[in-house]
Amino acid sequence: MSETAPRILVIEDEAPIRRFLKIVLASAGYEMLEAERGRLGVERAATSAPDAVMLDLGLPDMDGKAVIAAIRDWSQVPILILSVRDGETEKIAALDAGADDYVTKPFATGELLARLRVLLRKRAAGKAEPSELEAGALRVSLSARTVAVDGTEVKLTRKEFDVLALLMRHAGRLVSHRQILTTVWGPAHVEDTHYLRIAVGHIRDKLGDDAADPRFIITEPGVGYRLKA
Amino acid sequence: MVSTPDIRPSPESFLEAAHAEDPTPSSRGKLKIFLGASPGVGKTFAMLEEARAQKRSGLDVVVALVETHGRSETAGLLADLEILPRRRIDYKGQTLGEMDIDALLARKPRLALIDEFAHTNAPGSRHPKRWQDVMEVLDAGIDVLTTLNIQHIESLNDTVAQITGVRVQETVPDAVLARADAIELIDLPPEDLIRRMKEGKVYLPQQVGRALENFFNKGKLTALREIALRTTAGRVDADMLAFMRDNAVQGPWPAEERLLVCVNEAPVGKTLVRAGKQMADRMKIPWIVATVLTPRHDGLNATARHACQDAMHLAETLGAETVTLRAESDAAGEILRYARTRNVTRLVIGRARWPRGIVQKLMSLLREPVSEKLLDGATDFEVVVVTASAKTEAKRRAAPAFSPPPSVSRFSAATLEACLAITLATVFAWPFWSLLPVASIAVIYLVAVQVVAFRHGLTGALLGSALGFLAYNFFYTQPYYSFAVEQYEAVLGLMVFVISSVVTGLLESRLRAQIESMRAAQQRTETLFDFARKIASATKSDDVLWAAAAHSAKVLEARIVIMTPDAAGALEQVQGHPSIEEDLDPAALGAARWAFAHAEPAGAGTGTLPNSEWLFVPLATAAQPFGVIGVRFLDLKRATDPEMKRLLLAVEDQVAVAIERNWLADDLATARIAAESDKLRAALLNSVSHDLRTPLVSIIGAASTLAEGGEALAPQDRQALALTALDEARRLDSYVQNLLDMTRLGHGDLKPKRAAVDLKEIIGRVRTDLARILRRHEIDIRIARDFPMIDVDPVLIGQALANVLDNAAKYAPEGSAITIGAEVEGMQAVVSISDDGPGIPEGDREKVFDLFHRAARGDGAPGGTGMGLAIVRGLVEAHGGSVTAGPGPNGHGTRLAIRLPLAPPPLGEDGP
Repeated sequence: MSETAPRILVIEDEAPIRRFLKIVLASAGYEMLEAERGRLGVERAATSAPDAVMLDLGLPDMDGKAVIAAIRDWSQVPILILSVRDGETEKIAALDAGADDYVTKPFATGELLARLRVLLRKRAAGKAEPSELEAGALRVSLSARTVAVDGTEVKLTRKEFDVLALLMRHAGRLVSHRQILTTVWGPAHVEDTHYLRIAVGHIRDKLGDDAADPRFIITEPGVGYRLKA
Repeated sequence: MVSTPDIRPSPESFLEAAHAEDPTPSSRGKLKIFLGASPGVGKTFAMLEEARAQKRSGLDVVVALVETHGRSETAGLLADLEILPRRRIDYKGQTLGEMDIDALLARKPRLALIDEFAHTNAPGSRHPKRWQDVMEVLDAGIDVLTTLNIQHIESLNDTVAQITGVRVQETVPDAVLARADAIELIDLPPEDLIRRMKEGKVYLPQQVGRALENFFNKGKLTALREIALRTTAGRVDADMLAFMRDNAVQGPWPAEERLLVCVNEAPVGKTLVRAGKQMADRMKIPWIVATVLTPRHDGLNATARHACQDAMHLAETLGAETVTLRAESDAAGEILRYARTRNVTRLVIGRARWPRGIVQKLMSLLREPVSEKLLDGATDFEVVVVTASAKTEAKRRAAPAFSPPPSVSRFSAATLEACLAITLATVFAWPFWSLLPVASIAVIYLVAVQVVAFRHGLTGALLGSALGFLAYNFFYTQPYYSFAVEQYEAVLGLMVFVISSVVTGLLESRLRAQIESMRAAQQRTETLFDFARKIASATKSDDVLWAAAAHSAKVLEARIVIMTPDAAGALEQVQGHPSIEEDLDPAALGAARWAFAHAEPAGAGTGTLPNSEWLFVPLATAAQPFGVIGVRFLDLKRATDPEMKRLLLAVEDQVAVAIERNWLADDLATARIAAESDKLRAALLNSVSHDLRTPLVSIIGAASTLAEGGEALAPQDRQALALTALDEARRLDSYVQNLLDMTRLGHGDLKPKRAAVDLKEIIGRVRTDLARILRRHEIDIRIARDFPMIDVDPVLIGQALANVLDNAAKYAPEGSAITIGAEVEGMQAVVSISDDGPGIPEGDREKVFDLFHRAARGDGAPGGTGMGLAIVRGLVEAHGGSVTAGPGPNGHGTRLAIRLPLAPPPLGEDGP
């Protein structure tokens, strides 16, 4: 364990959830900061410089999106959303506002910690991007623009490669439709999800992946994709 | 013992008693009238004294309106009584102070003083007459004291006018008087009254001046006093009679005989009605006023029709039973037939006085007046013939509205055709005049006259015969080309000529009248039938109202609007014809509200707010009023036509029946739904209490054990307890999710966000989510790699598939395979999920999709919420799909087939 434990700011109005998260986070070696209201949360995020923020979308005083926007004004700290099920519209809005990923309540602690780890790792990786990415049996060379599955090279088109590379860079993290479309096709195509769907279909075919039993790319229906870390 | 004869109250006495108690005696106020023979006898004074006495005994007394006429002794009595401010009405530059009825109703005292019962309100008031205001005040449960002079009593109007030579226009119907609970006669000998007047104690309004001074002479006052005394005595007599009947006192009261007054369009009608009223009162028997409508009646001009209506209206206000009889031709026969059925003993008829017109005089030669026929036929009745003094009647009809002479255009058309026909006849006869005898030439003219008579009735016949006579005389009788007549034979010929043409004309005009009347009747029947058919087939109240509006507009020749109360109780226009949005002025809206609130007609042609152009009739079922129908006749005068009233009531009746029928149907449906939702609520309650509690029992049990004695437990036991709590918590979570889904489905606000999606992606996601539940089963996916996209909301269909897989995992034995397949069938994808479980009995295959249905299983079976498959069906049907259950592919287990729409093929994969 490093000399300073990563500090996680939890903005959540329910005391029992905060209490339980404190135990979970402490046992995983994190230090937890608390805020039970949105305004206080934004303030804490500014004053105590946390390494990640966990934000409940259903706060009594402020809209969750407003909290995200307030933090994103000056900070790129990773934000993990805690949302209720069936809140797809809300989730997408939060992701568009600048959140990095979400977990659905009620969640298992294992899943929560895994998401948190991915977000923190990404932050630790910093700016220096490696030329090669690896996820399970998948290996992508960003400089040579090649993809290999189980050591066998696979031919992808330019757009397909860009999509896969983007997912690889954020391995384990949710990448929203909007994010992929804006990055790969350009801001004019944010609504053209069928481009993305077809591209992902082709990538899966070429990688020998099965949508019904995914090995690499997981679909988050209506929201985006996630590469298995 | 001598048996006493069985004395019982007669049925009539019961009816009468029932009638008297009709409008809930406790809620209706009591009316007391202080009656005087003339102004100045001290009615107001007596009324105020009584009011003060009542106030002293603690009653809540308010003076709504009292005229002191400047008399200081009266004003003194007012001093310590509460006086309601008057309502100011500006009328033609004058400010009139009227009683403020709304303020009075709002104040709601126990007793109100309202002076001058017969007063006519200023135009623009709610009711034209003060006695109508008083009726409303009584209906509101307020007792009223009022004052009245006998010359204002409707039935005494003629008599008083004869005595005094002054006819008052302000009258109170006798029927209203009959509703008074007490009448107190304020009597003052004429000598005293004249003395008081001379002393200046009787205030005379200046504008009446000399006319009223004439009124105060001893002879007239004595006569008036006698009438007043007789009226009061008659009333006491009637009360006594009623008492004797009620209490079965044996006495010499007359058997239920009746008096029948026959009126027609003759101006004598109203006098007949008043005479009838007096006779009936004297004889203490009920009276009926009847009129007979014959085809001839339809051809009458408006003035004549109105005369008849006025008489009937007067009869109603005087408390008579009114009937309208119909006869094809024999009016007298119809009256006699009716009279016999109603136990009538006395007939009151008018002497026919033929108008001056030459046509009518000729007619009277040919047709026996109804009155004569009645006299001939009424051998078993006592018949009273009344002759009107034409002068008074003429005076009464103050300033009749100008109406153009009837059928001017028809008249000129008849003239034109008569000239033409006679000219043609003359030309046609010309070649024959030397060949044929003169009499035969007349026949040619006769044909021409008959043609004109046929086309224009009596007018045509007379015009034709006059012209024909002149032409014939001029051209064909000696001396030729002269109007002089020489031969006796020719004169006789001419006489025959004229008589036969008049007879023909009369017959023709009568025939035409009959045909027209029949045609009108047929049209009415047809539209009524049409209407009945339309509303019988209308299943929605709105359709019924629309049909009613359209029908009424057509039949009544009027604009129609139907208003019903909205949620807040304010009336709003819901239907209308020709326009659904009529621009109603405040008077019309007031009438509509009044009609609805009081369940009585209001507006044009009624006693309430008559200056509105609209007439509003309440629409009511047996139970309650549900709206009003507003009528604005294109011809505003028709609002008072009883025929219109009859038609309107017929419509109103049918509408009420139809609406009630629809309501009943709605109620039945609602009751059925309520019963079903009751059943559902019970099932939900049962499910919530069981399924929500069971997991909680385990969670609380496990968690409390861990919290209280965790250290004492073996590590594996601690682990087991924690896992139990976790599993049960997950079960609770899925249950709550199901409840939420069900609620969303139930509210109908589930709007799938559909897109072309890959079925395999959805399945992939569901498998990831259900990994823990599905870990003991083998999942076999048989979907072609190139299976087409489906057009669904991936999240909702994911939820549906998750429920199906969860269900399959629950029932299929551990280690068995769950197979997911998909095929294309037409424009649909059929997704099938098969398991190796116990299967569903054939009879239950539909029921498994019902809310809270659970397959009957043994004790060891896993518990479900009974909602899972119901949610699946709801979600799938929200996409326009369907779900069915059947046996598995090998004849055992279960196969669920979900049909979902396929996405349209992509328009070329040009994107990436």
